[in-house]
Amino acid sequence: MNASVAQKNPLVEAVIRRGLLGKGFLVALAILALWKLASSFMAGPTVFTQQVVNGLQLGFVYALIALGYTMVYGIVRLINFAHGDVFMVGAFASYFAIARWDLNLWLSKVFPTLPFWLSNAIGVITVILVSMVTCALLAFIIERVAYKPLRNAPRISALITAIGVSFFLEYFGALPFVFTSNFITYERPINVINWVISSQGVYVLPAGEAPPPTSIIFSNISLYIIIVSLVLLFFLNYLVQNTRIGKAMRATAYDKPTARLMGINVDGIISVTFAVGASLAGAAGVLYATAFPQLYFVMGIIPGLKAFVAAVLGGIGSIPGALVGSLIIGEAEVLSAAYISTPMRDAVAFSILVLVLLVRPTGLFGEPSREKA
Amino acid sequence: MSDNSSDKLLDIQDIHVYYGAIYALKGITFSLKKGEIVALIGANGAGKSTTLNTISGLLRPRIGTIWFNGKEITQSPSEEIVRKGVVQVPEGRKIFATLSVMENLEMGAFTQSDHAKIESGIQHVFQRFPRLSERKSQLGGTLSGGEQQMLAIARGLMSAPRLLLLDEPSMGLSPLLVEQIFTIIRDINDQGTSILLVEQNAQMALSIADRAYVLETGRIVLEGPAQDLLHNEMVIEAYLGGHQ
Ligand SMILES: Nc1ncnc2c1ncn2[C@@H]1O[C@H](COP(=O)(O)OP(=O)(O)OP(=O)(O)O)[C@@H](O)[C@H]1O
Ligand SMILES: [Mg+2]
Repeated sequence: MNASVAQKNPLVEAVIRRGLLGKGFLVALAILALWKLASSFMAGPTVFTQQVVNGLQLGFVYALIALGYTMVYGIVRLINFAHGDVFMVGAFASYFAIARWDLNLWLSKVFPTLPFWLSNAIGVITVILVSMVTCALLAFIIERVAYKPLRNAPRISALITAIGVSFFLEYFGALPFVFTSNFITYERPINVINWVISSQGVYVLPAGEAPPPTSIIFSNISLYIIIVSLVLLFFLNYLVQNTRIGKAMRATAYDKPTARLMGINVDGIISVTFAVGASLAGAAGVLYATAFPQLYFVMGIIPGLKAFVAAVLGGIGSIPGALVGSLIIGEAEVLSAAYISTPMRDAVAFSILVLVLLVRPTGLFGEPSREKA
Repeated sequence: MSDNSSDKLLDIQDIHVYYGAIYALKGITFSLKKGEIVALIGANGAGKSTTLNTISGLLRPRIGTIWFNGKEITQSPSEEIVRKGVVQVPEGRKIFATLSVMENLEMGAFTQSDHAKIESGIQHVFQRFPRLSERKSQLGGTLSGGEQQMLAIARGLMSAPRLLLLDEPSMGLSPLLVEQIFTIIRDINDQGTSILLVEQNAQMALSIADRAYVLETGRIVLEGPAQDLLHNEMVIEAYLGGHQ
């Protein structure tokens, strides 16, 4: 009934055809969001700044996960739904490294005379590397066992397999002799220091003391997350742009048969891509658990999905897109939780997904798909 | 044909190739001697590209064997075939559009590990194709068709191949550029690289080749010295635009 009315009215028809409804809605939404942000900032600049820092920290964690989605998609056109669970395994690997083996403190045990901050920093790097290597190996095996045999199968087969792998990782992890199905308290690899930034200057907040009102609390955890993420992003950029392997990844993503004609071992490059993406997710697992110190065998689902949304928002397949998309999702999540309502935390990311798919399915940095046979 | 197999660089024995149920090569036998230019001509869909892709290891023959330099490569992975010195410049150039000209050349040298050799290879192809050196940081996808063909050949030369498989290098180029490309092909051959040349432009191909094979719907229907084929009734009728 409505459809036939719409067809008869040229104005309505034009609006529908050009997607003006969606675009208009988007513009209205953007104006509303900006207005809300501006008024929030005016109402309490310190709280607002605090939230922006929190959003940035979350955004960087999402970026590390999103990069794996986007790189794997770029090279084999697969949405690797097990990626969020690889992130979970990374968080658990660091739990064992810290709580069971004290790897965050190994150097200060070997050389007690070293300044603690230095030996602790090297210990933390060790923990992160343990998680990264664990996840890289895991992804390598997953790719060989589950995805490689389906390389020439219809894409839906690999997608369903990815969902299967995801469930496998979760419920294998839930076994009593693996990660158990309990919430586990995470021991942070570093001690938390909170700096208070207020009109009285910058000072360390003594433990157990409440911060003065209208001050910004900046924790060393935010600093740690942002620095580790930036270092990893820098390495990734170097790898992809400047190394022989990285160039071969880009060549393979563009055109596999021609990459093989160059003598590139395409299967090897695909494995490396999975492993690199997973190692970033592993590092993200450590950072996320440090920020929210509680582990659970399905903890990877929601951050994984949000990182996926971030990758789609940025344009799946695009590495800069994954970073920008993640920072936007991180901020949107934290700000909407602070200024709209806490449950908006999860709703906002998926609302963005729906909007992107409706209005610009290729995302911010994506190009229209260039499919290769 | 010579029976002395030792001077055969490439020796293809009765290969049958399928795409699923499609029977594309129905038993092809041919060879190429060291230093030769051999042309493979035939109409659209005859199976020329299929032949090259089978040699390069992208496709596997269901029956038959391929020998290169006395060693069987029928089941070798494509990267090993490249490492042995068999390099294909594919139909339609297939430049990596999202990589720079320089990076495309580096991909051509992917199997080389010696940095000094790669560097001298780059200098060598820049000498041969000065246009590319002017555009080395430009993205491959932004080159003109002619420049892309130059880059495709240059990229193929980067690993110093012993046998170059060229798939329709003159496709879509202006007559002047075609002339230029063929001069370059002859030049590459003069410097010691054997060439298997697939062409629609039978006139040009036969004029620079030593020998040629004519492919028709997956079978070789004619073979011989290129000069003879140039005057063969059937070839003139089918590929050289009738009586001249
Ligand atoms: N990927 C494929 N799947 C199915 N059939 C294919 C495929 N590639 C080629 N063919 C078929 O195999 C036959 C030979 O194709 P091929 O590409 O080798 O021809 P060609 O001689 O190179 O033609 P052209 O001069 O047009 O490039 C054709 O009938 C073609 O339709
Ligand atoms: Mg062809």
